[in-house]
Amino acid sequence: MDFLNAFILLLNYTIIPALTYGSQLALGAIFVTLIYGVLRFANFATGDMMSFGTMFAVLLTYYFQSLGISLGVLPTALLTIPFAIVVMILYMLMIDKFVFSYYRIKKSPPVQLAMVSVGVMFVTQAIIRIIIGPFDRRFFDGEKFILKAIEFKERTGLNEGLTIKSTQLITIIVTLIVVSIMFWFLNKTKTGTSMRAYSDNEDLALLSGIDPKRVVMLTWIIAGVLATIGGVLYGLDKSYKPFVYFNNMLPIFAAAIVGGIGNPFGAFLGGYVVAFGEIFITYAYKKFFTYILPEALEPDSLIQLLSTDYKFAVSFSILVIVLLFRPSGIFKGKTL
Amino acid sequence: MKKYLNIIAAYSIMLVLIILVGIFQSWAIALSIFNYCMISAVMTMGANIQWGYAGLINFGIMGYTALGGLAVVLVSVAPVPEAWKVGGLNMMICVLVIVGMVFSIRYILKRIQKSKQRNYLVAAIIIIGLILLRVISGPAIENIEAVEPAKTGFLGGLGMPVLFSWIVGALLAGGLAYIIGKIALGLRADYLAIATLLIAEIVVSVIKHEDWLARGVKNVIGLKRPVPYEIDLQSTPWFINLVEKFNSGKLNLINSVTEKQDVLKQLVIDASSVYVKLCMAGLFLSVVVVLLIITQKALYSPWGRKMRAIRDNEEAASAMGKNIVKEHLLIFILGSAVVGIAGAMMVTNDGLFTPGSYRPMRYTFVIWVMVIVGGTGNNFGAILGGFVVWFLWVQAAPIALFLINLFTSYLPETNALKIHLIESAPYFRFLMIGIGLLVIMRYRPQGILPEKIIKQ
Repeated sequence: MDFLNAFILLLNYTIIPALTYGSQLALGAIFVTLIYGVLRFANFATGDMMSFGTMFAVLLTYYFQSLGISLGVLPTALLTIPFAIVVMILYMLMIDKFVFSYYRIKKSPPVQLAMVSVGVMFVTQAIIRIIIGPFDRRFFDGEKFILKAIEFKERTGLNEGLTIKSTQLITIIVTLIVVSIMFWFLNKTKTGTSMRAYSDNEDLALLSGIDPKRVVMLTWIIAGVLATIGGVLYGLDKSYKPFVYFNNMLPIFAAAIVGGIGNPFGAFLGGYVVAFGEIFITYAYKKFFTYILPEALEPDSLIQLLSTDYKFAVSFSILVIVLLFRPSGIFKGKTL
Repeated sequence: MKKYLNIIAAYSIMLVLIILVGIFQSWAIALSIFNYCMISAVMTMGANIQWGYAGLINFGIMGYTALGGLAVVLVSVAPVPEAWKVGGLNMMICVLVIVGMVFSIRYILKRIQKSKQRNYLVAAIIIIGLILLRVISGPAIENIEAVEPAKTGFLGGLGMPVLFSWIVGALLAGGLAYIIGKIALGLRADYLAIATLLIAEIVVSVIKHEDWLARGVKNVIGLKRPVPYEIDLQSTPWFINLVEKFNSGKLNLINSVTEKQDVLKQLVIDASSVYVKLCMAGLFLSVVVVLLIITQKALYSPWGRKMRAIRDNEEAASAMGKNIVKEHLLIFILGSAVVGIAGAMMVTNDGLFTPGSYRPMRYTFVIWVMVIVGGTGNNFGAILGGFVVWFLWVQAAPIALFLINLFTSYLPETNALKIHLIESAPYFRFLMIGIGLLVIMRYRPQGILPEKIIKQ
């Protein structure tokens, strides 16, 4: 019976990774939900747009490294994010002007816009692969660990070590900052309110003099910020590979729908629900139970609900369950 | 005749393109493109039944394709007796447990009023069932996978003729569609798209990781074929005679006997691969024609009119007393079954089952591009879409390489940009497909061959 060790074990292998992964998903899910709420379509180019922004951050990081510019203990990529965001926003606005705006003005059904976004997905994927290629790229530099397992063990005298990677802490902190600024913007400022009004009822918003072009532009700008930051954080933590970003679109969609699509706060929490679900269900609890149960009851199997191969399948199952019992998501969706 | 002029024109252009590939590259390549075009056409017809007839958006095509492929393994591979001996009984018990779970849940849902207790009861049954399944199947799976893991390590199939598996593939895909339809068909269009995409991903990950079923990512190779093998053909007298007759002009020019033998041998090897592909093409073509006749009849039958009425105005159709939920479910199952046939055809054509290769990009989004480009609601359009897009998908890299060389011809061979562009030529296929889709959606949203409503 050793609750402290058991807790550290869980913290190290499930809670911290889940928080990190959840933050990355949350940023993407808010991106999906914003587009859905304001522009009213499911954006299948989500993953590749995130990848596009990250690509520029990666390229700039390499460039800065060759110039000898760095942030010391922090990764250089953080410095390149603002530039990448600008490129990303320009790309998004360009796509909107040449592709999406035509269908928006024609008031096409959402399905048609979703299909158009599939076309955008193909084009974006092609551009990315032509520019940077399909290979795995690491662009993390700076101090790798904040807390090492051995140090932690020495300092506390516990059996279990606790490791905190700097990317994990950076991810969580940056996400919290970005998300709180965004919620402050949406809820407290006049422009944010106009966006919410537009999302809630387009005709009424137009009647009260809200400029739709401005709202759409703002949405793409916020989306660009979220997509780039989410993508870079994921790339820092794992590594940058275009194909993985495309695949990440799926749990991001799951997170957005679980939280109630069109509801940014729901999407934020949905990201964590999906991440915690994935990691808690595929974690092998054997060691955990050997700590908290008396010796006679110690388990001899892995006590793993599902093998880690089914990581993605878990998040999709969560989605299916939510769709079955609460189709509008955990937090009622469809207003911003 | 005039009515069909654009259809005939479009198909002739496509045929000419494939023949050109045959002349300039090789007939084996042309035929394999043709075969894959036809497989894509069947998938597209399935998707078109759902999207074109009924307006249901199904992004789960990948899942049905994979199930169709699984059917080939389960039907045609010879059973592995050792694996059945060590784990077969337990796996059968597991199937019984699942059936028991389904029936008990159905019974509860029918008999007990909607309440909290009912939910707890259902949850309890599911949890107990899952634990039972794990306990029973765990050791059995371990034993099965331990049987010659390099060669078998799975239960094997039924050892039946491979053509039978095309029907089984349709049945499996239809069954999956029934389950998905029950869960997801009530959703709004774009939710449905996402939900089907994710469920297909679950299906593929199960096929990938349940090694006892079809070896998972270890792949099953050397599947049976409904057509003769090249090696057998190369030693069959009638085939050699046939090749000799075809090329008699060429062979007569050669004087020495040994040289003649060598040339003939090479010709026979080439001809055998073409012959096998031709046989496949014949099989696929008959599937396409049969499906085309059925779908065409269905489209212009009262049933087809009913489906279009539901698609165009659900409320009105519902007010006229049409059961929309039922019809949607039916058409979802039918379309998916057709995709299942295509999946089985593809694995039969390749002769190997590789679960790792099922990716949403290739098996869902490209198929959707085919449907949109070809023409929604028009079966001829769907088939044409399958041909055009698959042709582009395969030939995009050579075309891109040609264009790159053309535009960078003034640059020296060592120019970094030129080298980089030539290296990334394969990725231009995404660019072409994407731009093609965007252009079609913008300037001809009804597709190359638009839907035709025949007024009677």
